[in-house]
Amino acid sequence: MSAATQNRPVRDEAYNFAYLDEQTKRMIRRGLLKAVAIPGYQVPFGGREMPLPYGWGTGGMQLTAAILGDDDVLKVIDQGADDTTNAVSIRRFFARTAGVATTERTTEATVIQTRHRTPETPLQAGQIIVYQVPIPEPLRFIEPSETETRTMHALNDYGVMHVKLYEDIATFGHIATSYAYPVMVDDRYVMDPSPNPKFDNPKMDMCPALMLSGAGREKRLYAVPPYTRVVSLDFEDHPFEVQKWEHHCAICGSRESFLDELILDDAGTQSFVCSDTDYCAQRVIAQEGKQ
Amino acid sequence: MYVAVKGGEKAIDNAHALLAKRRRGDTSIPELSVEQIRQQMPLAVARVMTEGSLYDEQLAALAIKQAAGDLVEAIFLLRAYRTTLPRFCASLPLDTVDMQLSRRLSATFKDVPGGQLLGPTFDYTHRLLDFSLLADGQFPGPEQQEGAALQPCPRVSGLLAKEGLIKLEVDNDEPVADITRDPPEFPATRAQRLQALARGDEGFLLALGYSTQRGYGRNHPFAGEIRIGDVQVWIEPEELGFPISIGSIQVSECEMVNQFVGTSSEPAQFTRGYGLAFGHAERKAMSMAQVDRALRAAEYGEEVVSAAQQEEFILSHCDNVDAAGFSSHLKLPHYVDFQSELELVRKLRKSAPAPTTQEDGQ
Repeated sequence: MSAATQNRPVRDEAYNFAYLDEQTKRMIRRGLLKAVAIPGYQVPFGGREMPLPYGWGTGGMQLTAAILGDDDVLKVIDQGADDTTNAVSIRRFFARTAGVATTERTTEATVIQTRHRTPETPLQAGQIIVYQVPIPEPLRFIEPSETETRTMHALNDYGVMHVKLYEDIATFGHIATSYAYPVMVDDRYVMDPSPNPKFDNPKMDMCPALMLSGAGREKRLYAVPPYTRVVSLDFEDHPFEVQKWEHHCAICGSRESFLDELILDDAGTQSFVCSDTDYCAQRVIAQEGKQ
Repeated sequence: MYVAVKGGEKAIDNAHALLAKRRRGDTSIPELSVEQIRQQMPLAVARVMTEGSLYDEQLAALAIKQAAGDLVEAIFLLRAYRTTLPRFCASLPLDTVDMQLSRRLSATFKDVPGGQLLGPTFDYTHRLLDFSLLADGQFPGPEQQEGAALQPCPRVSGLLAKEGLIKLEVDNDEPVADITRDPPEFPATRAQRLQALARGDEGFLLALGYSTQRGYGRNHPFAGEIRIGDVQVWIEPEELGFPISIGSIQVSECEMVNQFVGTSSEPAQFTRGYGLAFGHAERKAMSMAQVDRALRAAEYGEEVVSAAQQEEFILSHCDNVDAAGFSSHLKLPHYVDFQSELELVRKLRKSAPAPTTQEDGQ
């Protein structure tokens, strides 16, 4: 265990391990098994109220609670960063209620809970990444009714989604979706890759790690098993492409990573830094080692 | 630079310390006790218990104190606590006919068996600020009649039923779902709907019920009966085989009576909507009854055209713990998604032709 992995915190014995009771965790794991068996399918589950607000990661937290074991090493990120306030809050929650070791190193983590990003460092076999999902239904903003969208999924009826993407091209010349960009999982279900930027979509394809998604308020979970085909929807003449920046990271100099924009002064001077803080920090360490 | 941009543990701890200080207020003023809230803000306690779906006056009062009077936050606190509680039994259905009434009224008949009983109510108070409350006072209540007893109060809807004028409600003997344990599914059963409405936000249901009175899914309601009082809770543990009473709780119950013109197969008769809430929560019970009736549109072959009649819309949006959570999550960092949108908007603007200036007037 490296210095980046914190010493095991002391578990608060007033709560069950990882907060939820064992029956609830078992119920969630049953749901997860179903989700893994039907990649991309949204499994309804009896979501519980968590002591954090809906919309703040309660779905992801319930999945993490259900799969966390005593010897797991947990990493929590929000917007790619380990030190954003909500990531700090969720990491502390599991340090307190499960007493598990936590880390900021992507490579050291066995479970990574994330909001809005997939780490830049490629995930490995044996790792599990848990996405916090606000709206699990990729068709929701085309068809608000759950009854309708469930039927559309059942019938493999995704015409409206292609029409939406086509209308974007007709109107703007591009597909005007930059995050929560829909993907086709294992040639069967259209899935919302959480509100990740589309930059992260290619990382999901044939990923060696198990990917789980939990939506607490909507009481849905879904999964992409390791080495599953995940294809971003596109057209032959308008192929899917990811964002590119004209800038590089002001800290580590990366030109490959997803960059956050900072406004530095009243004149609007911009600076760009990696959204993935661990990736950025590891690059800086590597560069210092070379010098 | 980096540290300034990202939040940290220290900031979170400080924010919570500030909140605790703010909640306490001026320390030269005595601290509010949980028991004071429980005794002197019973309507707030009732709302928190109802929407928190946990009957515990002390914990509800504690939640109100902790939330500094923010009732939606207090409801959330109680809900989160409720998750951790074991369930050992489901009670038998409450028998509200035998309620120990503190208030009972019917707007449909001038007099009914058992009579009308105003009880403690804001109704007919003139809403003039009572400046005497700025000082301490004694409020002994009205004179009480020695040996007065409550007359039996049969249900008003039962009186209509005797004449066959109101649609009978029959127990379909189906197992009752638990919306706090099972994921929602549509169409929902009426039991699932009533559970969701009972936990639903009072303001949301009030507005929807109101909308039906203004013509959006119009179905004129009459307050058939409102009953507020204490009712015994009975359970029947498997190992005993007979029911035992575990205590009593205060509830507010409302049965709305609505017109129904009938169809080719059914004669004209009245129908009803039902509302039930913990404690003295009349507005909530009435709103719930109105929305319950509106949601039965399909059952009565009425055209579903308005918000108050749309089951999926209402059940998906009536819970204020859901709604407040998802609304407040907008405060969380969205740097990454916003950056994606920035990139997209810049790209779209680059490729679009420059907008023509409108110099020649509007």
